[in-house]
Amino acid sequence: MSFDIHKIRSDFPILGRTINGKPLVYFDNGATTQKPRRVIDRISNYYLNQNSNVHRGVHTLSQEATDLYEASRDYIRKFINAEESKEIIFTRGTTESINLLATALKPWIVKGDEIMVTAMEHHSNFVPWQQLCIERGAKLKIVPIEKNGELDLEFLNKMMNPYTKLLAITHVSNVLGTVNPVKEIIKMAKNKGVPVLLDGAQSIAHTKVDVQDLGCDFYAFSGHKAYAPMGIGVLYGKFNWMRRLPPYQFGGEMIDEVTFEKTTFNELPYKYEAGTPNVAGALALETALRYISETGIDAIRQHEDALLRYAENKISEIDGVRIIGTAPEKTGALSFLIDGTHPYDVGMLLDKMGIAVRTGHHCAQPLMDFLNIPGTVRASFAMYNTNEEVDMFADALTKVVAMLR
Amino acid sequence: MTIQEKQNAIIEEFSMFDDWMDKYSYLIELGKELPPINEKYKDPQHLISGCQSRVWLQADMDESGKINFSADSDAVITKGIVSLLIKAFSGHTPDEILKADLDFLEQIGLKEHLSPTRSNGLVSMIKQIRLYAQAFKLKQGK
Repeated sequence: MSFDIHKIRSDFPILGRTINGKPLVYFDNGATTQKPRRVIDRISNYYLNQNSNVHRGVHTLSQEATDLYEASRDYIRKFINAEESKEIIFTRGTTESINLLATALKPWIVKGDEIMVTAMEHHSNFVPWQQLCIERGAKLKIVPIEKNGELDLEFLNKMMNPYTKLLAITHVSNVLGTVNPVKEIIKMAKNKGVPVLLDGAQSIAHTKVDVQDLGCDFYAFSGHKAYAPMGIGVLYGKFNWMRRLPPYQFGGEMIDEVTFEKTTFNELPYKYEAGTPNVAGALALETALRYISETGIDAIRQHEDALLRYAENKISEIDGVRIIGTAPEKTGALSFLIDGTHPYDVGMLLDKMGIAVRTGHHCAQPLMDFLNIPGTVRASFAMYNTNEEVDMFADALTKVVAMLR
Repeated sequence: MTIQEKQNAIIEEFSMFDDWMDKYSYLIELGKELPPINEKYKDPQHLISGCQSRVWLQADMDESGKINFSADSDAVITKGIVSLLIKAFSGHTPDEILKADLDFLEQIGLKEHLSPTRSNGLVSMIKQIRLYAQAFKLKQGK
């Protein structure tokens, strides 16, 4: 199927909105993407015709809802090419996925152990590990980055040692747009016997993800950054890991048998899905991933990368623009600063012209400190963005600079 | 002028602008013209932290019992609004400040800047202005 941008745009009702009297240019996709009509319809269809609690009732509706929920799990398995659907654990999103893992790994981390993260992590893949290390007397090791936003691979390789219990690393940087060479990194880690968690929040909608080919032990992502609703996400964890780890929350679906004295826990993935799950979210996540798949993830990547390059060239023409993150392989995000202006002012004024960007530290304060900048302006792209929108953005930016200087 | 009269004057001033660009250009101008705060006050003690932009606020009381504020921000639009707030509140007694109804930002269409999601430090700045007034009032009462 060819990449038909007009058709795609017409699938997203919100793109017809105006903001402050101007057509919306939505460049804050790194924060959350908009939703195609079929995803919205999927949620309402579930509540109109299919709603029932899963894994509980003997009645028809409950059976149907359970089948749909499990079918979604299996589709997600296929989408990231996991081996078994019990390796797909539904969560609220990337943050919960990582917290789940950090909690489950707790007994396995002892004093003197090391956990490695990188200087470009989002707080969600940084704070849970930092806190775990503090609690267990372990050491948090930070992989530095080069000036252009690439990881220092040599350093990373050298830093791993027999005490390294986990490497938690982002697939794609939410600030710099850097696509980390994760396959190579995972190979290095495997050679040293270090398990790897990939933070897939910024990769799932932008690049092909095959967890078996990559070889990661864990992969976390959010639905809402991939055209699905908020409040649904996934932790992929290899069966051999997850079956050995303790539960994360207690109650509801996660039990096997409960007596006054003890409880035995349900098998995977239910062990990690305590309480009534977000069924509508899971179904809508399947719909969203099918939509990506139908459009073609490679075609999406090509379109978005072309857009990113076009935008980089366009804004580089503006006097004083400094692009933050110039790694050779980038996707999704374009961060920049303009001499003599503050990101907040730039974002405010762009909004007045209908353009939604993100400003600030992007939940990556350690990275900001590392780069010695207070924050950036970030334009981040999705499949429905166009060169015309980039033109509007660049024109608006020129006006903003004139106003602020 | 009372605080209310000053607010009315600001509202009147802003009523001349009929598009957002003029209004924001004026705010930016105000921001740039704001007399700089004494550098020694740009310390953590005077910092009002917002997630997006930062504000520093300092207050003194003169012999006549009136409070004078000086402030700064790293973002110029925030600084423009800071300048308006200082214009409204500086040179007044603690009681006048504590009794004042702050409504001009709403009237001139800048209420969005007080939304907590903007994280620009302005909401905390207004709180801090009132806290200063309260503190000076307590001190006077002693």
